[in-house]
Amino acid sequence: MLIDHPLLGPRDASEFIYMGDAKLLNRPNWKSQNSKTKFLDYGYLRKNPAGVHKELWYHEQGDRSWLVVTRNTVTHEILKVELARDTKGK
Amino acid sequence: MKYSGFKVLWEGLKGNTGWKPLWRKPDPKKNYDIIIVGGGGHGLATAYYLAEKFKITNIAVVEKGWLGSGNIGRNTTIIRSNYLLPQNQPFYEFSLKLWENLEQELNYNSMVSQRGVLNIFHSDSQRDAFVRRGNAMLMSGADASLLGVDALKKLVPFLDFQNSRFPIKGGLWQPRGGTVRHDAVAWGYAKEADSRGVDIIENCETTNFLIKNGRCYGVETTKGVIKSKKVGVCVAGSSSQVMGKIGINLPIESHVLQAFVSEGLKPVIPGVITFGAGHFYVSQSNKGGLVFGGDIDGYNSYAQRGNLPVIEDVCEGGVALMPMIGRARLLRTWGGIMDMSMDGSPIIDKTKIRNLYFNGGWCYGGFKATPASGFCYAHLLATDKPHNDAKDFLFNRFERGRLIDEKGQGNQPNLH
Repeated sequence: MLIDHPLLGPRDASEFIYMGDAKLLNRPNWKSQNSKTKFLDYGYLRKNPAGVHKELWYHEQGDRSWLVVTRNTVTHEILKVELARDTKGK
Repeated sequence: MKYSGFKVLWEGLKGNTGWKPLWRKPDPKKNYDIIIVGGGGHGLATAYYLAEKFKITNIAVVEKGWLGSGNIGRNTTIIRSNYLLPQNQPFYEFSLKLWENLEQELNYNSMVSQRGVLNIFHSDSQRDAFVRRGNAMLMSGADASLLGVDALKKLVPFLDFQNSRFPIKGGLWQPRGGTVRHDAVAWGYAKEADSRGVDIIENCETTNFLIKNGRCYGVETTKGVIKSKKVGVCVAGSSSQVMGKIGINLPIESHVLQAFVSEGLKPVIPGVITFGAGHFYVSQSNKGGLVFGGDIDGYNSYAQRGNLPVIEDVCEGGVALMPMIGRARLLRTWGGIMDMSMDGSPIIDKTKIRNLYFNGGWCYGGFKATPASGFCYAHLLATDKPHNDAKDFLFNRFERGRLIDEKGQGNQPNLH
């Protein structure tokens, strides 16, 4: 797979480490109501879709940026690549 | 149908005209006691043990494709019980004991071949870890012994003992481990379940569950509505898809694991050998092909095919361990979808919906677990209580912080 890095252009996926579902960007507040349930959901439960999936890739063998990659898990087609810092909170 | 040496001889004389299909192709009835969603190895084993041990025979196994079309026919066929943690090891040893008696029990030749599993180590600290693992195996009643370099040179002289980066210091040896003809496991369980009255319904995809007041009372399928008192889901890589139909998120990611077969070679590899410094394991099939594999690709996938970097990595590991295979040509590679759980261990449990049960999260270790998974799942479905050897494989271990993390990697599935 080639990941079209927003700053560096197309890079081989093997330069990256896959870090899971992009929902990990939105960490629950430990002081919120039901924070125990929210952290169970955050830490362990996943939608794991067959189809379009937003996920985190860390460019360890490159510029160490965190990317949010929108990818189809059935075809491995990469639909969109963004810097994680640009998507945070959206 | 009963198999015997006499029957084989008799059919040989009659031109093999007397063999019959091993299972019927029934249409689904309106009602069952138990429906098992997923006709793979675990689902068929569950049906068999429900019928044989718990005397429940009004069962349907509904399968999306044809029987044995999933991971039961896509794995690298290894059986072993060389786990460390007390929640895991007794379960896998129970499974290995069931494997040892499987062919007699099912009257079917699944080619259970206990040719040994050898885990190579390359450093002093790795030896210490393997000694500990070996002791855990012995305490569960399994067999294990530590082999030094001299013993290894007799057993597997072709390894690269003097590899300058990963010199071989010895190995942990489980003689009772080995390989099994994987499809034959599905066929054997299907044959015996069918002969006890279980309906195996192929090409019948489960599209939804029938739920009322928090209770499950059947499934909707592509062959119509089927009702039952209990429903057991057992669909491996598709677990999140099936449970997602009723909005249940699982502690599972689906990943692709690749496997490889070389061209057929003369017998060279005596058992199963694993590399301790990278992820590579190999055995030789009865047809002579080297069957090997390594890590999962590491990203969510339902594609049943992987990418080239992992192929390169696995082959590098193989050549580092046994340079002689460098000239063997790769015949075939393929991928299967693994239901990678968050701690690398499986789940056999009830769900929050009554009468709906779940079995999954086997990661890439589901094949060796087939008999015990079926047995323990049958126990849960029949008695509503977990089997003693699977009593820790529960959903609530994640919220309670009692993970069964065999590799100590934390909640990141692609590291298990």
